[in-house]
Amino acid sequence: MAEVPISWFLTLSAVLFALGVAGFLFRRNIITVFMSIELMLNAVNLSFITFSYQLKQVNGHLLAFFVMVVAAAEAAVGLAIILTVFKNRSTLNIDEVDSMKN
Amino acid sequence: MQLWLIPLLPLAGFVINGVLGRRFPKALINTVAIGSVALSFAWVLKTLLGLGDLQNVYTEHYFTWIQSGALNIGCDFAVDRLTAVMLLVVTGIGSLIHVHSMGYMAHEGGYYRFFAYLNLFMFFMLVLVLAANYLLLFVGWEGVGLCSYLLIGFYFDKQFATNAGNKAFIVNRIGDFGFSLAVFYIFKNFGSLDFHTVFQQAPGASEAALTTIGLLLMVGACGKSAQIPLYVWLPDAMAGPTPVSALIHAATMVTAGVYMCARSWPIYTHAPEALNVIAVIGIATAFMAASIGLVQNDIKKVFAYSTVSQLGYMFVGVGCGAFSAGIYHLVTHAFFKALLFLGSGSVIHALSGEQDLRHMGGLRGKIPWTCWTMFCASLAIAGFPFTSGFLSKDAILLAAHGHAPWMFWLGTLTAGMTAFYVFRAFFMAFFGQYRGHEHPHESPATMTGPLVVLAILSLAGGYLFRVPEFLSTIFPASEAPEDLTLMVIASSAGLVGILIAWVMYVAKPGIADSLAAALKLPYTFLYNKLYVDEIYDATVVKPLVGGSRVLLWKVMDAGIIDGMVNGVGSRARNLGSVLRLLQSGNIRSYATWVLFGSVLVIVALGIAGGLR
Repeated sequence: MAEVPISWFLTLSAVLFALGVAGFLFRRNIITVFMSIELMLNAVNLSFITFSYQLKQVNGHLLAFFVMVVAAAEAAVGLAIILTVFKNRSTLNIDEVDSMKN
Repeated sequence: MQLWLIPLLPLAGFVINGVLGRRFPKALINTVAIGSVALSFAWVLKTLLGLGDLQNVYTEHYFTWIQSGALNIGCDFAVDRLTAVMLLVVTGIGSLIHVHSMGYMAHEGGYYRFFAYLNLFMFFMLVLVLAANYLLLFVGWEGVGLCSYLLIGFYFDKQFATNAGNKAFIVNRIGDFGFSLAVFYIFKNFGSLDFHTVFQQAPGASEAALTTIGLLLMVGACGKSAQIPLYVWLPDAMAGPTPVSALIHAATMVTAGVYMCARSWPIYTHAPEALNVIAVIGIATAFMAASIGLVQNDIKKVFAYSTVSQLGYMFVGVGCGAFSAGIYHLVTHAFFKALLFLGSGSVIHALSGEQDLRHMGGLRGKIPWTCWTMFCASLAIAGFPFTSGFLSKDAILLAAHGHAPWMFWLGTLTAGMTAFYVFRAFFMAFFGQYRGHEHPHESPATMTGPLVVLAILSLAGGYLFRVPEFLSTIFPASEAPEDLTLMVIASSAGLVGILIAWVMYVAKPGIADSLAAALKLPYTFLYNKLYVDEIYDATVVKPLVGGSRVLLWKVMDAGIIDGMVNGVGSRARNLGSVLRLLQSGNIRSYATWVLFGSVLVIVALGIAGGLR
């Protein structure tokens, strides 16, 4: 069975990352923005795993696990923040959450 | 011999009264204050008796005070014959004045504060005379200045008293600046500040250096001893209580300058130029202050100018190389001037605070003790033959004649004026009709007792203490021979002064006023103290204050220093207002910046050669 070439994995990772960036920049809903961030993290994870597999080294796996832990922690905190924001302002539009500015 | 006990006893009195005196009854304050000074006096007597004839300097070293490189300054006290004289004057007169103050201050507030300051003054004055090096002398010098300031401003709720205190302190700073320069210069030249070392090396030093040192020391002495041009603080210093005027501003502190010049005689004998300057300043001060004293109406002002004038005489003595004559006059002046001040204090006390001679008169019968003791002092200061003042003034005038005859004649004229103004004050206060509204009462025995002792000393002190003979072992002999003609001329000037005062103020009282009216211009000129205060105000004080206001405050402080601080602040603010635009508060714009930044970093790394 022919191996899937490395470049495919990397291209997929880049596409996913770009999608995450685009979502972060252009969506207004906080939850969507949050999901975009998760998407970017996982795109990076994919690159780590790819290189780890290619170079037969365990470092990439290790970093992927770290990223997953951080992502999990961030999800917990982030969702809590989102809940509080919604409770206080009754909105999830990111452009309206700018009280630090004024 | 435990010399340290001499100054330490008054210091202990100061600490006890200063810390606890507020709660003490008056009797306890008196015991502590007067007891400490009297004990100190007793210890001086015991020490001096124990030291015998004092042919050599007796030094005690306690500890090294400052050690830094070549500088080695010990806390040393030394006693020689000059110090012995000063110690006796300071503690002896000091004790008498303390006793007198007990009565004078009886009805005043701040009783414990007054005696605490007075004791502190005694401590510093004794350090000054006992010091065996210039720096320790300077400590005492500054300390007595501080006490003088505190006691002039004793009635601190009165504006004129605090102003007078400030004036004394500031004018003295000018003199002290000269003194400190002299101390630096002495150290630079001799590598030591010990009197012994410095005086041993003095003959070998260059005359230019010695003259500079001598003149700088003289600046210090002019400040402390109220000579032209720094005498202006002393007349104002009369704002303090009268015993203070007697102790500090007549008998002891103001003579510190004379003492210091006499102490530095090995420097001065090799710097004749500096000595000459001292003599000229002295005779000018003596004459000028006496002329102002002729027309003053405040009894204390008369004696204040008289003090300035007599200090001028002492400077003449020192300046003519007759150091022992200067010290002799210092001692006799301490007797009669302390008596004059204490006597005027007694008069003021009797009249419940009246100081104006025009509101006195006829007090002879009402306060006889004060009157006749003051008469003795007036005779002494007028140079009446065979009083103590006659002996010392005569010694000075003889030396002045040997130095420069014009000084003798000016000094004799001044002696006549001195006799006139002192007896003018005496006659105005004690003769004629009483012109005031108070009910004069004689002072208590605590006040008149010291007056009697001082009166005896004023008349006979010159014989009891043969200062010139006693000091002849330290000072070089002054070459002026006894001259009967000059003695007669000098003392007859005093007699003429007394006679004129008698005619003008007792025999024909109208003359004084008509004379003042006839000589209106010089009279107003003298009455306003030659406008010296106004001249200083216009030429020194105003430009200094104005310069400080414009240059130091407006330009330097407000302009440059504040400008720098405020400038840093406003630059940061301007920069911040530009950077603030980045902080839009919009999360997506932040994300754009992050993206932009990452791309920039990647591009930069790519250009630099990529990650390796």
